[in-house]
Amino acid sequence: MSAVSLLDNVASFEAQAHVTGLGWLGGTAAFALGDGGVWLDSAGERRRVEAHKDAGALIATTGGGRLITGGDDGRIAATGADGTVETLVDEKGRWITALAARPDGALAWSTGKEVKARDAKGRETALTVATTAQSLDFAAKGFRLAIAHYNGATLWYPAVENGVETLAWKGSHIDVTISPDGQYVVTSMQENTLHGWRLKDGKDMRMAGYPAKTRSLSWSREGEWLATSGAEAAIVWPFAKGGPMGKAPRECGVRPAIVTRVAFHPAALVLAAGYADGAVLMIRLTDAAELFVRAPDDSPVTALAWDAKGARLAFGTESGGAGILTLP
Amino acid sequence: MSDKIPVTVLTGYLGAGKTTLLNRILSEEHGRRYAVIVNEFGEIGIDNDLIVGADEEVFEMNNGCICCTVRGDLIRIIEGLVKRRGKFDAIIVETTGLADPAPVAQTFFVDKDVSERTRLDAVVTVADAKWLSDRLKDAPEAKNQIAFADVIVLNKTDLVNAPELEEVVGRIRAINPYAKLHKTQRAAVPLTEVLERNAFDLDRILTLEPAFLEEDDHGHDHHHEHGHDHDHEHGPDCGCGHHHHEHGHDHAHHDGHRHGGLKHYHDEDMQSVSIAAGDVIPEKFLPWINDLVQREGPSILRSKGILSFRDEPRRFVFQGVHMVMEGDLQRDWKPDEKRESRIVFIGRNLDEAAIREGFLACVAAA
Repeated sequence: MSAVSLLDNVASFEAQAHVTGLGWLGGTAAFALGDGGVWLDSAGERRRVEAHKDAGALIATTGGGRLITGGDDGRIAATGADGTVETLVDEKGRWITALAARPDGALAWSTGKEVKARDAKGRETALTVATTAQSLDFAAKGFRLAIAHYNGATLWYPAVENGVETLAWKGSHIDVTISPDGQYVVTSMQENTLHGWRLKDGKDMRMAGYPAKTRSLSWSREGEWLATSGAEAAIVWPFAKGGPMGKAPRECGVRPAIVTRVAFHPAALVLAAGYADGAVLMIRLTDAAELFVRAPDDSPVTALAWDAKGARLAFGTESGGAGILTLP
Repeated sequence: MSDKIPVTVLTGYLGAGKTTLLNRILSEEHGRRYAVIVNEFGEIGIDNDLIVGADEEVFEMNNGCICCTVRGDLIRIIEGLVKRRGKFDAIIVETTGLADPAPVAQTFFVDKDVSERTRLDAVVTVADAKWLSDRLKDAPEAKNQIAFADVIVLNKTDLVNAPELEEVVGRIRAINPYAKLHKTQRAAVPLTEVLERNAFDLDRILTLEPAFLEEDDHGHDHHHEHGHDHDHEHGPDCGCGHHHHEHGHDHAHHDGHRHGGLKHYHDEDMQSVSIAAGDVIPEKFLPWINDLVQREGPSILRSKGILSFRDEPRRFVFQGVHMVMEGDLQRDWKPDEKRESRIVFIGRNLDEAAIREGFLACVAAA
C-alpha cells in the first residue's frame, strides 16, 4: 500500500480544553470538555454550550439522541444537537464515577459504590456494590447492566428483583464492556490485562501482555472482534467461534506510541486508532492497510467516535485538538 | 514530564490537628490553587469546587508483591483531576487518622498513569505533642505515620512542658531522624514549609546525619520577623540553645541545656539506617538495592538515596516505599559539590550490619 493519507479530508479546530469524550447526535458531533463545555459541530458550523458550569465534564456517552456527560459537580447533563442542556441527575457534588446510556434514553450511573439505573420511562432503581463501581455498560438487548469493580464484575437486571449475578476475579477491574451478542463480558484491569467471562459456561479468559492499561474497548459490528488500547498497536482479539481462548490477537497499526483510543467502524472491518502521540490511523483488518487521519503532535488522543453511518470520524485530544474526518 | 502536578499527602493520628492545617491551607492567601482530596466531606469549612471526597479503597495489586497495595479511588480521582488541569496548581491528599500511608504513597509509584502526571512531593504528618508518645506505644498506625513523614508538624506544643516536649521529639527522632520537624500550636506552620517541598526534600539526606542534626537546618533567621508560635526543629538535640532566643516563646526551652544531651530513645521495632560512601558502581548497586527491597520490602517503610555513580556526571536519586521504588539520573553534580553517595532506610527490625555490608560492597575502589 502506498502511504495514502486522509489528512486533507479532516476539518480540524481547537477545542481549547481536554476533550473527555464525544458522540454523534445525528449529523452533529458533540465534544465533551474538561472545562465543562460541549462543542457542537454540525457540518463545520460550531457552537459551544456550557453543560457543567464552573466544573468539568469528566465522562461522556450518548443516549436518547443526546450527549450525556457526568461532571465533578455531581450532575449528569444531556446536551441536544440544538444546544439545549438538561440536568438529568444531581448527586449534590459527588463525582459521577461511571455512566452508561441507551438509545431509548435509559441511563445508569454510579457515585462510589452506589449504582442507579433509570429506564426510558423514568423508573429508577439502585444497587450497592461492595466497592466503587468503576465502569458501567448496558447490554444491547434486555435492560441489563454490567458493573466493573474490585474483585470482579456484577451483572444486574435493574427491573428484576434479585436480578444480580456476580462474576468474580481477583483484582481491580476498571472498564467493562458486554459483547454485542451478550455472550461475553470483558473488563480491563489495573495490572495491564483484560479479563473476560463467557457467560454461557462462566469460563474465564485472561488477555495479557499490555505495556499500559487498556482504557478503550470497541467491538466490531457483529462482535466477532474486540479492539483494545494499551499497546503500541491496536490489539484486536477474535471472539468468533467460542472466544479468544488459545488464539493470538491481531496487532494493527504498529507505531512507536501507545494506542489510547480505538473505535470500530459501524459497518466495515475498519478500525480507527488514536495514539498517545496524537496520531490517528484508520486500519482495514482484511489487508492491514493503514491511512493517516491525524499527524502526531504529542498530545494523547482521548476521544474517538464514528457517526452512525460510518461516513465521518470525530476525534479529540488531551490538549484540546479536535477534528472531523469525512470519508471521500 | 516536567510539569508533573505536585502531591502532598497529609496524614496524622485522630485529633492531631490535620483538619486545622487543611483549613489553613484552604483559607490563607498564598496565591496557589489546590485540589484537595478529603476522606470525609463536611469537615472542611471552605467552599471550594475542587474538594473531592474519597473512599480510601485500598487494593492489592495482583503482581505477586505481597505488600503492594494502592488506593484505587486515588487513581480514579487523579485521572479525573488531570482533565481539569489548569484549574489548580497542586494536589493535597488527606488520609484518615487510622490510615497507613503506604498505599497512598505506593499509588504514586505503582500506577503509571498517576506517576506520569503527578509526583509525590512530601508526606506531611501532623502529630499531637501531648498524646503522640502514648500513641507510639499502642497505635502502629501512628508510628507508621511518623516513619513515613518527610515533614512532621508536632502540634499542640502548648499542652506540654519542656521535658515532655523533649521526650516526644526524642521519640520521633528515634523512629525518623530525617523528617523536617516543626513545633507548632494550632498547626501554625508557614505553609511554604509544608507544601511543594519538591522531591521529598531529598537533598536533605545528603547533609543530614542523625548525630549532626544540631549542626544542620539553621533556616531560622526569619523567625524573629513574625510572631508565630511555630518553630523549626534543629535536630534531636533541641536544647542546643544558640538559635532560639530571638522569638518570644522561651517556655519551650528550659535552661539546663545539655549540649548533645538529647535523651536518646531507642524504638523497639522501628529504626533508621543511614550509610554514606563515595562513588558507587551502578552495576553492583542497582541489583543490590533491587534485591534488598524485594527481600526486605515488607519491613522497609521508606527508602531514599542520592548516589554518585562512578564516571557519571549526574546524580542518581531514588526513593521507595516498601517494595516499590523509582530512581533516575537527575541534575549534574555541581563543581563545588562534594560527590557523595548516601542511602537512608526507615523500617522495622532492619539488619543494619547486613545493609551496610551490602552497600559498601558496591562502592568503587578509590
